[in-house]
Amino acid sequence: MAHDTKFTNQEFKIVGTRPLRPDGVDKVTGRAKYGADAFAPGQLVGVVLRSPHAHAKIKKIDTSKAEKLKGVKAVITSADLPDLTKGDRGMLDTLENCMARGRALYDGHAVAAVAAIDAETARKALKLIKVDYEILPHVTDVDEAMKPGAPIVQPHVRTTGVEPKPTKASNVSQVTEFGHGDVEAGFARADVVIERSYKTEQTHQGYIEPHACLASVGPDGQGELWVTTQGHFTFRTVCATLLGMDIAKLKVTSSEIGGGFGGKTHVWVEPLALALSRKANRPVKLVMTRDEVFRATGPTCSTSIDVKIGATKDGRITAAKATLRYQDGAFPSIWGMLGAMTSWACYDLENVKSIGYDVLVNRPKVAAYRAPSAPMAAFAVESTMDLVAAEIGMDPVDFRIKNAAKEGTRASYGPTYGPIGIGPTLQAAKNHPHMKAPLKKNQGRGMACGFWFNFGGQTCTDLNIGTDGTVSLTVGTVDVGGARASLSLIAAEELGIPYERVKCTIGDTASLGHNDTTEGSRGTFSSGMATIFAARNAIEVLKERAAKTWDIDVADVEWRNGSAVALRAEHGNLNELTLAELAAASPRTGGPIAGHNEVVADGAGVSFATHICDIEVDPETGKTQVIRYTVIQDAGKAIHPDYVEGQFQGAAAQGIGWALNEEYVYGADGRLQNAGFLDYRIPVCSDLPFIDTQILEIPNPNHPYGVRGVGETSIVPPLAAIANAVSNAAGVRMTHIPMSPPRILKAIKTAQRERTAG
Amino acid sequence: MIEVNVSSSLREFVGGAASIAIEAATIRELLRKLAERYPRIQSRLTEGIAVSINGEIYRDDRNQPIPEGAEVFLLPRIQGG
Repeated sequence: MAHDTKFTNQEFKIVGTRPLRPDGVDKVTGRAKYGADAFAPGQLVGVVLRSPHAHAKIKKIDTSKAEKLKGVKAVITSADLPDLTKGDRGMLDTLENCMARGRALYDGHAVAAVAAIDAETARKALKLIKVDYEILPHVTDVDEAMKPGAPIVQPHVRTTGVEPKPTKASNVSQVTEFGHGDVEAGFARADVVIERSYKTEQTHQGYIEPHACLASVGPDGQGELWVTTQGHFTFRTVCATLLGMDIAKLKVTSSEIGGGFGGKTHVWVEPLALALSRKANRPVKLVMTRDEVFRATGPTCSTSIDVKIGATKDGRITAAKATLRYQDGAFPSIWGMLGAMTSWACYDLENVKSIGYDVLVNRPKVAAYRAPSAPMAAFAVESTMDLVAAEIGMDPVDFRIKNAAKEGTRASYGPTYGPIGIGPTLQAAKNHPHMKAPLKKNQGRGMACGFWFNFGGQTCTDLNIGTDGTVSLTVGTVDVGGARASLSLIAAEELGIPYERVKCTIGDTASLGHNDTTEGSRGTFSSGMATIFAARNAIEVLKERAAKTWDIDVADVEWRNGSAVALRAEHGNLNELTLAELAAASPRTGGPIAGHNEVVADGAGVSFATHICDIEVDPETGKTQVIRYTVIQDAGKAIHPDYVEGQFQGAAAQGIGWALNEEYVYGADGRLQNAGFLDYRIPVCSDLPFIDTQILEIPNPNHPYGVRGVGETSIVPPLAAIANAVSNAAGVRMTHIPMSPPRILKAIKTAQRERTAG
Repeated sequence: MIEVNVSSSLREFVGGAASIAIEAATIRELLRKLAERYPRIQSRLTEGIAVSINGEIYRDDRNQPIPEGAEVFLLPRIQGG
């Protein structure tokens, strides 16, 4: 059934308030059940043997000794996971990433797995598996991987997007180009042209909860999977496909999630746990160690980016060009393309070009990380924007305002924008007290903009009214940031009942139709839309029940403030019937009262943010301290402002870590050197100031309440805003992320040497 | 008649064309006619594709009408976090 999703500018009574989240008490008291908290009778412990080599041919795997060890119930290799993907190369890549097939493609790539009665036995069994490797040349750096003669990661890959079509294998899986106009003519018209090259290192989403699942497959082909995931319906489809199971016979339940940020949109060990369970005929619990999470799940790309901007002296950009090289790990993906699409999205440009390269290296398969690919592109573009502003002597905010995209601007990735919020976020930044606050010695201020698409997708929601008038709302998107509270607010608003009367639950795959993965900032946007329509569906039933009770035509019944009201003067003697009264009477008026909705929630509406930050740099050590940080973002309608602000703050905190410290460090042997939180340093409380937020509510015209996604956009500006702040504080342009103390110190000393020599 | 602008990553599936003129009233009709004319693009349509109509990006809703004179872009399907 089609629904009118247009924004209606309705007045809210409950939406926009800040009640406590329903999962809060369980989470702070330890009662919430995460991926590793499930238990099944007779469960086994699953562990995975991983390649210590960055690139190696697997000549032979001997599992015989492990299989004979007492307490071992199953050992699997790729031989236990036949290719059932029917020519779907992407799905085969997923299978190969879960378990190496003939070649280990990165340090940490799974080569075998064991299920045993306890962890000690399982680990002992891993040591008994003998793998005969032939070590192959490897490459882990994105620029090195593009050079002629670089070791080839995937021999079947031919570069797409170039003419003539290549006949030889390449590590460049895809070249994409976006833009319009004539950039060379634009540069020729410029008074100032600035060109710089930038690098960013690979980072991990750093979710605190490692991947964990409990899998159970019986000899009848039926199975269950309890798992920490952002998309249990997608996990069901992928796992069933890879294991040759019927989708309906695999029930997947999402646990509470201890962070995902894109990293839990893909399967990693879940197919292995299911395969082990099927072979052992016992449930298998598999929990990754932190070392495994770093080495063998999906971090973001490292990148190498060139940016060139030309502008007139009065601050109008005449041409802009970016060349973006993103490493995708060992399997082809679209991250370079996304970098190219997002790089110039904030600006109104007559001549613009971006070229994206997707590059294969011997590192783990890259996964999405909150607005994937956009932060690195923004770092390079926004750093160069500051350089151009300085060169023409213009305030960096004014320079951006002058060139900001607006309604009617043709986006660099193609389409023309409708109503968008980049201008208002910049204006808010210009007027914010933060911009005028004094700075002390060795402190610098930076600002930057960011863009993300957002999207919706398939969504299915159930709303059931209990006989006491309380409401069970079941949704299929995972609650990654307070969605249950927001969706309960929406249901309460529509039904006209208090928030406390609604209980929102995340349904398993057996209880709802397919829901796409909770990614693209879609949770509140799309499940919110489905909840509105499910509640309105239930209201129609409530009105019918009231009509029956009064014995009048349903057309004479209206729903107002949580009650059925009889219209027309002739019904003036009928007292209104509340939802609770109608619910109590429901067994005798037709049975349970429910609302249901399936929707493809498209039209999510793009989103923009502007960030401001102050950084102090110790010139003797290169140590940085974030002094002040402000996030301004267009959220559309903020359903629950606390959790909108929480998303803004969380994204900024992750961006701060990415900008200043986080980095995958590979040795010359291609092995990851810092696979743990002691050596891979995410920010802790003492590293962060209070992150101030300002929500701008520019309604999305394609959502009844005007909602836009909010979860991702605010990780886009921090790398650039912090780079601009550090550069201003240190007096030297920083072009390499993370700006760790040694890197800052080196830049300061190099600049000092150059000044002395010059 | 709609002028469909084709994103660079999809052009190799439509004979290198940057834009294609097609008569279509909905996204479904547009994609069906596109696949009839350029069979190689079918695999990409199956994997997923996005269509932008007057600046709004539709990834899944094939019932979406395309108004006369609309600006239409064929874009790769994006992923998010």
